[in-house]
Amino acid sequence: MTTPDFKATCPLPMQQYPHVLMAHGGGGKLMHQLLENVFGKAFSNPILDTQHDSAQFTMPPGRLAMTTDSYVVQPLFFPGGDIGSMAVHGTVNDLAMSGARPIYLSCAFIIEEGLPMETLWRVVVSMRAAAKKCGVQIVTGDTKVVDKGKGDGLFINTTGLGVIEHAWHINPQNVGSGDAVIVSGDLGRHGMAIMAVREGLQFESTIESDSAPVHEIVLALLKAGVKIHCLRDLTRGGLASALNEIAGSAGVKIAIDEPLIPVREDVHAACEMLGLDPLLVANEGRFVAFIAARDAARALEIMRRHTGGKRAALIGSVAEFSHPLVTLRSVIGASRILDMPSGEQLPRIC
Amino acid sequence: MKYLDEYRDGDLAKKLGVEIHRLTTRPWNIMEVCGGQTHAIVKFGIDELLPKQITLIHGPGCPVCVTPLEVIDKALALAAKPGVIFTSFGDMLRVPGSTTDLLAVKAKGGDVRIVYSPLDALKLAEQNPAKQVVFLGVGFETTAPATAMAVFQAAQKRLKNFSMLISHVLVPPAIEALMSSPDCRVQAFLAAGHVCAVMGYEEYPPLAEKYHVPIVVTGFEPLDILQGILMCVQQLEAGRAEVENQYARAVRREGNRPAQRLMHEVFQVVPRKWRGVGEIPASGLGLRADYAAFDAEKKFGLADIQVDEPADCLSGLVLRGQIKPQACPAFGHKCTPEHPLGATMVSSEGACAAYHRYRRHNAAETTDIK
Repeated sequence: MTTPDFKATCPLPMQQYPHVLMAHGGGGKLMHQLLENVFGKAFSNPILDTQHDSAQFTMPPGRLAMTTDSYVVQPLFFPGGDIGSMAVHGTVNDLAMSGARPIYLSCAFIIEEGLPMETLWRVVVSMRAAAKKCGVQIVTGDTKVVDKGKGDGLFINTTGLGVIEHAWHINPQNVGSGDAVIVSGDLGRHGMAIMAVREGLQFESTIESDSAPVHEIVLALLKAGVKIHCLRDLTRGGLASALNEIAGSAGVKIAIDEPLIPVREDVHAACEMLGLDPLLVANEGRFVAFIAARDAARALEIMRRHTGGKRAALIGSVAEFSHPLVTLRSVIGASRILDMPSGEQLPRIC
Repeated sequence: MKYLDEYRDGDLAKKLGVEIHRLTTRPWNIMEVCGGQTHAIVKFGIDELLPKQITLIHGPGCPVCVTPLEVIDKALALAAKPGVIFTSFGDMLRVPGSTTDLLAVKAKGGDVRIVYSPLDALKLAEQNPAKQVVFLGVGFETTAPATAMAVFQAAQKRLKNFSMLISHVLVPPAIEALMSSPDCRVQAFLAAGHVCAVMGYEEYPPLAEKYHVPIVVTGFEPLDILQGILMCVQQLEAGRAEVENQYARAVRREGNRPAQRLMHEVFQVVPRKWRGVGEIPASGLGLRADYAAFDAEKKFGLADIQVDEPADCLSGLVLRGQIKPQACPAFGHKCTPEHPLGATMVSSEGACAAYHRYRRHNAAETTDIK
């Protein structure tokens, strides 16, 4: 995706350098061409354009939030997103989980020798579009090139800096008995989109990743004065991991209702076929919110006004302070533990 | 989701539960043979809807769990060989051998790949003529036809770089072995629906008659399992011991004849070791002499790998239905899904893993089904 004022074609002389060479990370002319013509052009802003070793800026008043994340997804492009947009959304979303307004990003690229320059350019263009959509500036960065076979095409690390413009402390210690547990949308799409492409699985419809920024939803909740106790994005390990982490940190029992959890039918079908549990599958544009019970209805109403929050749902509540535990009432009305996954989910034999 | 939600209807499930309560007048022990059914029972909490007199015993029908340690060790040896692409169903990768598992071999540089079908492994062999592709062929009669098809096609294509490490097992001999054991407590069986979809259920009437046990061919969704249990209870309370088919939407009496013919073409019945149980005569499938070229054990000379199982692990008693997983002293302490001693803790279909995942805290408000 690109903006109308921006050229989608790679500005480096393609005939000369159709692929990334070791020299592009070597500190010489080629590296400078790459920095200037690719990253500099795409991410241009007054802070980055000074081309100094570190970015200099003044932050607006308020506490700061900072986070970092590395992105190693394969394939680099998948239905609903790519490694570039994901590297922006993921870090923006981590900031949003503190209720922070994201402002600046750094980004570091580790590129495997031989990556087509066109591929790198497409990723960079996508990052630019995602950053613009999120209202963040990429103000500093780094590029390294590793030998062929020592990387997986492209790895990206982004660090985010945001400002917290409210007085609340959003963290697991604030989770308390009676809190409403709300998910911001349907679950499991990112993980299943990636798996479908990786494994060459064909379904009737294409499952698209849910990769998207969620900070606007969070800021809207805060602006409306909704009492948010804790937020957690539902990336690796999915809802099951997030709830178990929070139950552990807060020392509470969380009880959720399986029939209330939104999962799209195609995602559900793909999970059934592969023997996977959608509650353990990764998302890239979803979060769970622990909210004071009296604000739950209002929170849902606000979340559903946003594109990424249309299927927001109240899925359970915090039962009590106790031995950390997450229980799930199944579709037939019986209760069981919802455990944290042991490792990667492995497809079952039959 | 169509064809699934209908079989997960909470109101119908409760009605079946009430009917089972109404009919049950005394204690009954019912074994679900298949690990897929065990998984569904604990995942959906089906046993919570049953009267206390009904005890569900979890049978030996998890193919991952019963694959003997020495086959896993052979798999590990093959996967570590340079020039070998070792392929397997996903959940075999975490199964511990005597020293390590396939995931660890992969981390050390072994070319280990998850496939969804043996035919995908065959495709890999065609795409990589310079490599030896080995598939770990495990499972019951459910997965055996696909293994047979892959071997059959490999023979037709005269592939020289494809072979199978085979440890297929058969359900009826396992039921017979269980029933003939003097300490057997099982009074009725839920037979595994998907095995019967392939094999039919003509093998079961002699077993039902010989041991006077009801056998109900049962599906895998909550309503299937509850109805299967109801049909068992109806027979038990009436003193009947017949073979009935709950899973009629998938299973015919004669099964899938073309699949059976293919299995017969490629495989012969052989004695087979079951992890935790020991050797059961005529309970496995091995390649016929005509297909010996595809036997990885022969091709790579692995016959002399032989090992004993760890003494701390009581998975054998669990697999025979003699103890519940929590009754094992290692359960949840020395043995967890992250550090499994035995395969019943590894596979998501294994009884120990299912109990650890869904039942390990009393606070889960579950009814113990001991």
